[in-house]
Amino acid sequence: MSVPTGHAATVEYEHITKSYDAAALKKGAGAVNDLSLTVPAGKICVLVGPSGCGKTTSLKMVNRLIEPTSGRILIDGQDAAKRDPTELRRGIGYVIQQVGLFPHQTIEQNVGTVPRLLGWPAARWKARSEELLATVGLDPAKYARRFPAQLSGGERQRVGVARALAADPPIMLMDEPFGAVDPIVRERLQNEFLRLQETLAKTILFVTHDIDEAIKLGDIVAVMQAGGKVAQFAPPAEILARPASEFVARFVGTDRGLKRLSLFRVSSLDLGVPTIAHVGDDATAVRGRAAADPLASALLVDDQRRPLGWLLASELPSSGSIGPEHTVPVSPLLDRRTTLKDAMSLLLGSDVKAGVAVDRTGAVLGLVTVAQITDWVRTSDDAVPDKPFEDEDFTPVAEG
Amino acid sequence: MNGKPLIEIGWVNDHWGLIGQRFIQHLQLTLVPVVAGFVIALLIAIFVLGRPRLYALVIGIAGILYTIPSLAAYLLVAQFTKLSLLTAIIPLTTYTLLILIRGIVAGFRSVPGDVLEAAEGMGYTATQRLLRVELPLAVPLMFAAVRLATVTTIGLATVAAILGDTYGGFGQFLTEGLQNFFSTEIYLGAILSVVFAVAADLILVRVERLATPWARARAGAR
Repeated sequence: MSVPTGHAATVEYEHITKSYDAAALKKGAGAVNDLSLTVPAGKICVLVGPSGCGKTTSLKMVNRLIEPTSGRILIDGQDAAKRDPTELRRGIGYVIQQVGLFPHQTIEQNVGTVPRLLGWPAARWKARSEELLATVGLDPAKYARRFPAQLSGGERQRVGVARALAADPPIMLMDEPFGAVDPIVRERLQNEFLRLQETLAKTILFVTHDIDEAIKLGDIVAVMQAGGKVAQFAPPAEILARPASEFVARFVGTDRGLKRLSLFRVSSLDLGVPTIAHVGDDATAVRGRAAADPLASALLVDDQRRPLGWLLASELPSSGSIGPEHTVPVSPLLDRRTTLKDAMSLLLGSDVKAGVAVDRTGAVLGLVTVAQITDWVRTSDDAVPDKPFEDEDFTPVAEG
Repeated sequence: MNGKPLIEIGWVNDHWGLIGQRFIQHLQLTLVPVVAGFVIALLIAIFVLGRPRLYALVIGIAGILYTIPSLAAYLLVAQFTKLSLLTAIIPLTTYTLLILIRGIVAGFRSVPGDVLEAAEGMGYTATQRLLRVELPLAVPLMFAAVRLATVTTIGLATVAAILGDTYGGFGQFLTEGLQNFFSTEIYLGAILSVVFAVAADLILVRVERLATPWARARAGAR
């Protein structure tokens, strides 16, 4: 029953300009000036910028809710202006901030909107609706027959995403889709959205004014400034490491160093090697080795290499054997997947100089110190984050 | 009143056939103008929607029509139609226009902007959007206007008694009662009109609820 997924299309803006008269500009219409950029197929491209920068205007030109004054938009190389707008729109998913569910239709009917417009038989669009509700985490048995007014804001937003996916469009346009829900729900929707995109691999144009959201969701980010100019078009890590202009630097904020840390994980550090001791080791020997360690301590581990605690050289007995009773607790414990931002925060909040990174079984991988993280920040301008990013055919083409 | 009862039940019992006949007439005098008025108002509303100046003009004209006294309107129209059903239908229809055009336009305007944008963005044609999104969502406010127009028409139709026995409706009882100083007919005409109006309103409320199950669905009512 289900439509094959995975097809994505490229979207190319070619010298797109949209001018408005003074009255429209005053009402907040965002003009666009000679915008050229290419959104690679299957990637999330975030258009971010202050209000009136033309990001929403740029988005709505893809499904021709707004027609450009000049320039072309190519979808998979085909000029959007040459296609019938209605037929074009049915092939592009569209999600807006206020969701815009039809209040008089059930959730099932709402999700089946485009399939019904395309004339699918009832059994088929209903099955598709159910499938999609499940995909976005809403139990079809519970939700299919409800009306939008009976759902919470977060649930409505999920239905909005399901509706946009209904006919399996190669492109999705999302205009501040998570802007109207509270921060906790937003965070959850963002994470679900990223997980969904991993399997769907749609080409997604995503508009937001929130730089943190842009960094978190974007494979590539276009920072736009007033008048519809692209100030920088690059992967988030690069924008944070090397803002192209004063404007971009100001827009991403003075804490861009910290924001950058949230893109990377402990696994990208060269971990420090601890001095290891085992239960039952001779105290004198361990004391000697610990004293030689830069941290003046050794890490006591069990037979699975799981950390039991720190042994401080100065507090070890001079004879006998070493046991857990000689240790101070190991905190913080870090995971390979812990972001550097969280690692930094944990380290700053603890009494110990080094955090212990462990693998999935809890075995010691190595040590993380604040100094290591700061050193890494200074030397890693070209680092690529651990997001699924490193496709070889992924070369941003920019400038406007 | 000379010690006679206000309503002689015996007379009423003898005249059920007449009451039924005049009910049919009154129903006709109500249904035809409201339905015709709705169709005309809907077409006008769709045409003036998004044309605020034209809308103001249309409402102005409908307002003027509404202020013409009904008796004067019947006599005026009778010049052209002779004494026929149309003599009453035409003025009664024009009276509904002010209420209905306003209500229908308000209904369309109550459709949220994000819903319209979503509909357009997902590939509804203009006609599909009008019929499948705007019209159903305008129903609650439209229905409020239809109820008001119906009740108003039922009242105004009593004056149509001047059309005589063929078309007159409940108004006939009033006219005859006044002519013969017979209180039973006066009260009967008045009570029947009121009961009809209230019943019609209740029926329309019921119809509206059936037509808009979504309007009562709220977050609390899971």
